[in-house]
Amino acid sequence: MVTAAESGLRLDLDLFDYLILVLYFGTVLGVGFAARRAIKTSADFFLSGRSLPAWVTGLAFVSANLGALEILGMAANGAQYGLLTLHYYWIGAVPAMVFLGIVMMPFYYGSKVRSVPEFLRRRFNRPTHIFNAISFAVAQVLIAGVNLFALALILDALLGWELWVSILVGAAIVLTYITIGGLSSAIYNEVLQFFVILAGLIPLTIVGLVKVGGIDGLFDAVRSGPLGDAALHTWSNTGSSADNPLGANWIGILFGLGFVLSFGYWTTNFAEVQRALSAKDMNAARRTPIIAAFPKLLIPAVTVIPGLIAVITVKGLGADEGDLTYNNAIPLLMRDLLPNGVLGVAVTGLLASFMAGMAANVSGFNTVFTYDIWQAYIKKGRSDEYYLRIGRYATIGGVVIGIGTAFIASGYGNIMEYIQQLFSLFNAPLFATFIVGMFWKRMTPWAGFWSLVLGFIASLALYVAYLTDAIAFNSALEQSFWGAGVAFVTAVIVAVAVTFFTPSKPDDELRGLVYGLGGTSGGEVIVSGEKVWWRNPVVLGVTAVVLALALYIPVW
Amino acid sequence: MAENDQVDEKKLSAAARLFDVRRVIGGLFVVYGVIVTLIGLFDSQAEIDKAEGVRINLWMGLGMLVLGLLFLLWLRLNPPKTPDPSDLDTDDDRPPAH
Repeated sequence: MVTAAESGLRLDLDLFDYLILVLYFGTVLGVGFAARRAIKTSADFFLSGRSLPAWVTGLAFVSANLGALEILGMAANGAQYGLLTLHYYWIGAVPAMVFLGIVMMPFYYGSKVRSVPEFLRRRFNRPTHIFNAISFAVAQVLIAGVNLFALALILDALLGWELWVSILVGAAIVLTYITIGGLSSAIYNEVLQFFVILAGLIPLTIVGLVKVGGIDGLFDAVRSGPLGDAALHTWSNTGSSADNPLGANWIGILFGLGFVLSFGYWTTNFAEVQRALSAKDMNAARRTPIIAAFPKLLIPAVTVIPGLIAVITVKGLGADEGDLTYNNAIPLLMRDLLPNGVLGVAVTGLLASFMAGMAANVSGFNTVFTYDIWQAYIKKGRSDEYYLRIGRYATIGGVVIGIGTAFIASGYGNIMEYIQQLFSLFNAPLFATFIVGMFWKRMTPWAGFWSLVLGFIASLALYVAYLTDAIAFNSALEQSFWGAGVAFVTAVIVAVAVTFFTPSKPDDELRGLVYGLGGTSGGEVIVSGEKVWWRNPVVLGVTAVVLALALYIPVW
Repeated sequence: MAENDQVDEKKLSAAARLFDVRRVIGGLFVVYGVIVTLIGLFDSQAEIDKAEGVRINLWMGLGMLVLGLLFLLWLRLNPPKTPDPSDLDTDDDRPPAH
């Protein structure tokens, strides 16, 4: 194995950089201990006791997503696909976040479920529940592996350790972090970390832009480089999938990414939804993902732009293996551009985000494992302390499995491709089942089960066909868009077909879970009655979507 | 009734704790701001050259200091509302009797 030190990815930290790093982790652990003393019940541990103001849960919501996925992955995509990566933010995130807040949150928050699988159990039946609980748990530990791998990349770059040593040490740090505080301190830390990450990425972007001669200089260099002009437009070259670096056409982007993948990820991903469930009331819960959408609009400025800067300034970036893979775009820029001081802040921000990303996956995993698998099917009716203890064991188990899945992630040159693959397998069919089930009260319990299972199998089949070259795609990302699309369509068709042959649930059992039956807390409706406009989820949500569309105009 | 009181108490203690996220962010950023500003003041030419001639430590240090102070100022102007339960009710949207 080639270590970073041998080929020069190593970052030279000095005493002050380490001081900045130590101060951060000292603060985080201090908060963890304080929170731990205050945690009394298992509901506190898992959901932070439903007490947080919306700006806190909103920043935690965006921060839970600002892990390895965002920072290394989106910079890698920026380097590889240029401005087409912006689709992951403006069409692939913001509309879905707004939809979650406006339409779906009343069902989640109002029905008082503790997890997404629990919602499925009440809407459909136990087989649907157990299938989803298990596939969610598997997806979470696979994604935790991606975060752990990214954390290890940074440790490798910092200290020159072998990757496997870095993975083990990273896992030990994450375990300490979660067991000390649970979700309560996780949310707290996510807010803090959000600012630290930005304080690290902003100087990187500024200095990088100065180096390449501003935005104009950057675009000129990209235009005359190997990526070419097509990498500087988001939509205008998507008429045919062969004309742009992403290798996808606008139908794939709009339907696969913008609709199925993105709605699937943002609206059914419990690691995210869990943040909103900690909000203090229904309105704060609905505003959580919408408040998160505003920073999300601007984050590409400090991820995609540095990716493009890296492809111009770092010679040889884009190698299949070694230190010059696209994944390393950000660490390489940090090495080249940041002096000690801000370098320490940037390293702290990256380490914090990977840790928190993995912590979010592991805490999602332990909630679902404890409540939806262990309590529901293995040991029923035990004491609160008992399940709290099981939750802590599940955390340890999740981290240990994450070590294994980190090695799977290390086999991919672009971790974003891997993660999109996972989403098209796990989230796309789930979203289809959800959306039909939420809006069509006749959909039967068995329709829920079979649409989930067959949607998953359809996406898996397409992936296997791609791997074995039975079906060709322009890029792995294009395959994931189509995988998501196929899973979605299959799941919807199965949901409708099976409904005609199996019995529906009575309306009474569906109250609060299905649109149009009422019964969500306080008679919540899609249009909120909030008096102050800046606290109205609908007004805020529409503003976010309009801004997303407006941002596309200069980079059409 | 007793159960309701307990729930309220729990909400308050949690709220008091979490409003203080402003103090943690403010405190950490003031410290970071001071450290990085000082590093920026004494940056060698080699470090300034590395950052393409931008005195990035100085600027980012001052920026973080200002952000930290703003959070502390916010906390000062709008302190956590633990002592008075009625304040908490006016701040959120639950009916007073929840």
